[in-house]
Amino acid sequence: MTTPVIPKLLTDSSKSTITNRPVTKVRPPQGLAPLDFHELWAYRELLYFLVWRDVKVRYKQTAIGVTWAVLQPFITMVVFSIVFGQLMQVSTGETPYPVFAYVALLPWTFFASAISRSGNSLVYDANLISKVYFPRVIIPLAAVLSNLVDFGVAFTILIGMLLLFGIVPSISILTLPFFLLLALMTALAIGLWLSALNVKYRDVNYAIPFLIQVWLFLTPVAYPTTVVQEHWRFLYSLNPMVGVVEGFRWALLGQQNLSWDLMLFSILIVLALFAGGLFYFRRMEFEFADVV
Amino acid sequence: MSEAAIQVRNLGKRYRIGGPREAYGTLRDTISSAAMAPLNWLRNRNLNARLQEFWALRDVSFEVQRGEVLGIIGRNGAGKSTLLKILARVTYPTIGEADVCGRVGSLLEVGTGFHPELTGRENIFLNGAVLGMRKAEIQRKFDEIVDFAEIERFLDTPVKRYSSGMYMRLAFAVAAHLEPEILIVDEVLAVGDAAFQKKCLGKMGNATKDGRTVLFVSHNLLAVENLCNWAIYLEGGKIIKRGEPGEVISAYLRNSLSISTERSWNAKEVEQNTEAVHLQHVRVRPADECDRGSITIHTPFSLEFDYWNSDPTARITVCFSLYNQHDILLFNIGPPVESASKGKPSPNGLLRTICHIPGDFLNDGLHRVELTILRNDVPVINESHALTFNVQDSLQEREDWYGDWPGAIRPNLKWESNLILIPEDQNHSP
Repeated sequence: MTTPVIPKLLTDSSKSTITNRPVTKVRPPQGLAPLDFHELWAYRELLYFLVWRDVKVRYKQTAIGVTWAVLQPFITMVVFSIVFGQLMQVSTGETPYPVFAYVALLPWTFFASAISRSGNSLVYDANLISKVYFPRVIIPLAAVLSNLVDFGVAFTILIGMLLLFGIVPSISILTLPFFLLLALMTALAIGLWLSALNVKYRDVNYAIPFLIQVWLFLTPVAYPTTVVQEHWRFLYSLNPMVGVVEGFRWALLGQQNLSWDLMLFSILIVLALFAGGLFYFRRMEFEFADVV
Repeated sequence: MSEAAIQVRNLGKRYRIGGPREAYGTLRDTISSAAMAPLNWLRNRNLNARLQEFWALRDVSFEVQRGEVLGIIGRNGAGKSTLLKILARVTYPTIGEADVCGRVGSLLEVGTGFHPELTGRENIFLNGAVLGMRKAEIQRKFDEIVDFAEIERFLDTPVKRYSSGMYMRLAFAVAAHLEPEILIVDEVLAVGDAAFQKKCLGKMGNATKDGRTVLFVSHNLLAVENLCNWAIYLEGGKIIKRGEPGEVISAYLRNSLSISTERSWNAKEVEQNTEAVHLQHVRVRPADECDRGSITIHTPFSLEFDYWNSDPTARITVCFSLYNQHDILLFNIGPPVESASKGKPSPNGLLRTICHIPGDFLNDGLHRVELTILRNDVPVINESHALTFNVQDSLQEREDWYGDWPGAIRPNLKWESNLILIPEDQNHSP
């Protein structure tokens, strides 16, 4: 019944070149198709343009523009330093509290804005989804990636702070890209879940700010992990952002020893979340254009 | 050389409507329905009754050869857009399958992905990428696109400050430079002013001349007739008719415009009618019957009214009003003063009154006849929808513009132009 997919080689009379015409097969959804990386690669330019659009649009018609990318983590750092550093006297070892907080705020701000944006991304781009075909994963992926620019801008402040406090990172700073990748994967995993859910349940819209708020308390941004009692540690480290923040502190400040067990555990959790998110996303993908 | 570019086999798409799984579910609904699941299972029948299925498309099969232009016509909600969406892979079929061979470009809307905050220049790139163009390709065609859209001066202005005409022109300009092997187009010609429409259709015409395969949904029947090799007419998700565009369009017009070019009152009605005057038959009759019975703007035709009169002393006057599709009264007319029967009693029996309407007089479109019959100057019969007929446009005068021809009527008048004065300086020159 189905004709085999043989790429047809034809001579185009007008151009007299041999063209290889792709055959697009339109079929009813048949179970779960694995993510087509070839196709994803073919659409890399669209991914690039969507990231570029998000970055361009973000600070259009704002008075201070990209300064916002710095201002958000910076002001949070100042408030944390006053409340936790001064008033509550949270102990951070030999690291000055502002640096301690800012190093964690960098991946945290990235993560928070990435899940917020990617969670709303499919609904925001509903118009694209209902009019043009492309691998849908590109949309939440672009929403996550576009936050890297803000991360980069905010990172420059950290360099200034390290200089100011005379902190010289050790060789472990070379592992930083890995932890950034872990943060990115975490954000993408959550983003896949939230964006696909959001297509069907707009409740996600309202849940996201709340989720971020609760998640912040469960992540050692304002306080060190040592505050958490030993018997709660396992439960606590189910949160992959614990691994990310610990990793950032270790890579940049090299203060305490990094628990590699915890790290491995975080990676596994992220991979599981990611696989689950992708699975759910792919399963819901067929309905997006009809439901969104 | 004939080779299928698009093969569609038994395609169908089902939507669920009205049921509990309405488009926007909330988590609460799902949670509560999960809690209610056992209960619902008990009243299963009730639940299924509420969950209605609706086939937007059913059993659609056709094949388009490479280089052919297929027009798809039908009323709103007939499934035209659903069909295009499935072929463009925006949505999935419920059953059936389709194979599309070649690089596909779909234009289900112009300006998809335009961002109001971005400038014209930026949107050209973004929109191009969304439509599947490579960056290098967009760069190569950039100047051409800007020229086509006529927006050079506003290239670096955010498109939210554009007039809607400029916006549409830019959007169409990008779309028009898409050069896939197979083009899927949904009703995009209805943008811009007449001059721009002309340009767009010219571009479409070129695409078809280049041997591109085009699938084309439109309400603009003239464009379909002129641009397409063949057409299909969808109704209720099914193909009602396929074939030569002119025939398919006629079938569509007959079905969809509630045309009644002939109407009879049956004998029983006529017998029971105790009025002195009653109608038996009315019809529109083209002068040239062989032309499939259709009327074009050039066709002379007549309106025939058959009626019974049982009172030989009464003066009977037939008159009618002709309205166009915008319900504008074109004229109201009765037999002229000098006609033989005017002012005299009508004989009893079956009478026929005919009014001849010349060709090259009415504009194209739907027309309605309101019939009034007066007996001794008192209206005794009034049929507001006595006849409804369509006057089809003719492609001959249209070069490549398919918009509405303005005006209530379209008479063919006599024209002259003569040179009546030669400039004086030319008189003296050798």
